[in-house]
Amino acid sequence: MDVKYINPFLEGTIEVLKTMAFVDPRPGKPYLKKNNLAKGDITGIIGITGTIKGSLALSFSTGSILKIVSNMLGEEITSLNGEIRDAVGEITNMVSGAARKKIEVMGYSLSASLPTVVSGKDHTIMHVLGGPSIVIPFEMKEGPFVVDISMGDPQ
Amino acid sequence: MDTNKKIKILVVDDFATMRKVIRNLLKQSGYENVTEAEDGVAAMNVLKTTKIDFVISDWNMPNMTGIELLRAVRSDNDLGTMPFLMVTAESLKENVVEAVKAGVSNYIVKPFTAEVLGEKIDKIMESVK
Repeated sequence: MDVKYINPFLEGTIEVLKTMAFVDPRPGKPYLKKNNLAKGDITGIIGITGTIKGSLALSFSTGSILKIVSNMLGEEITSLNGEIRDAVGEITNMVSGAARKKIEVMGYSLSASLPTVVSGKDHTIMHVLGGPSIVIPFEMKEGPFVVDISMGDPQ
Repeated sequence: MDTNKKIKILVVDDFATMRKVIRNLLKQSGYENVTEAEDGVAAMNVLKTTKIDFVISDWNMPNMTGIELLRAVRSDNDLGTMPFLMVTAESLKENVVEAVKAGVSNYIVKPFTAEVLGEKIDKIMESVK
């Protein structure tokens, strides 16, 4: 996967979470992930189609997503309930939109599917293209989360 | 208090969580008189039975989408001039053109801050005075 796609997702994630949830997550060093295990407790996945095919997953630890959604809703949420699932889907959708806008500036035309949300211990992330993906780790005081991306070559 | 802040706003989105998020952002902008609908069909029912001053609608919804709701509102004798703010996940040029043709008052791309949302509403309300 071309590393030029990393920054749009990194910046898109920070932009969405800063704007909607008033948090400022610290990104770590991106790395290659060879298995399909999710890093977090709840994950939003969205397919990307167009000039470049691929998929994006956002996988949150319980601590990080409780803080993010509590801030978004303006009320304290203490467990991974339906509102958290809805919000994970919506955040994934918004990050996808923000990142696609940045990639489109490079001259590609992209669209996205509807997000799906998976949770539970040791759940997996099935990327559209299969194979290794690139993970961008993020840290918040309340816990970590990752952006897990797999993008193919332009068609 | 600014008289505009008292307006009754209808928030239309199929995701209850997103309606709550928008309600929270509206509260931060000083708008607390808010009611909700889960799609375009439910929104039309609310608009026909309740005095609403402003509609904020998502684009992608089942049953009746945001653009279909906008067209239904604009073609209604009683609701035709209703201020209507469309919420989209991406600023696709063709979507914007379609919404403008259908008579949208303005549109806002997610993610957005309470400040930007408040400014959009104020601007639309100023233009309909």
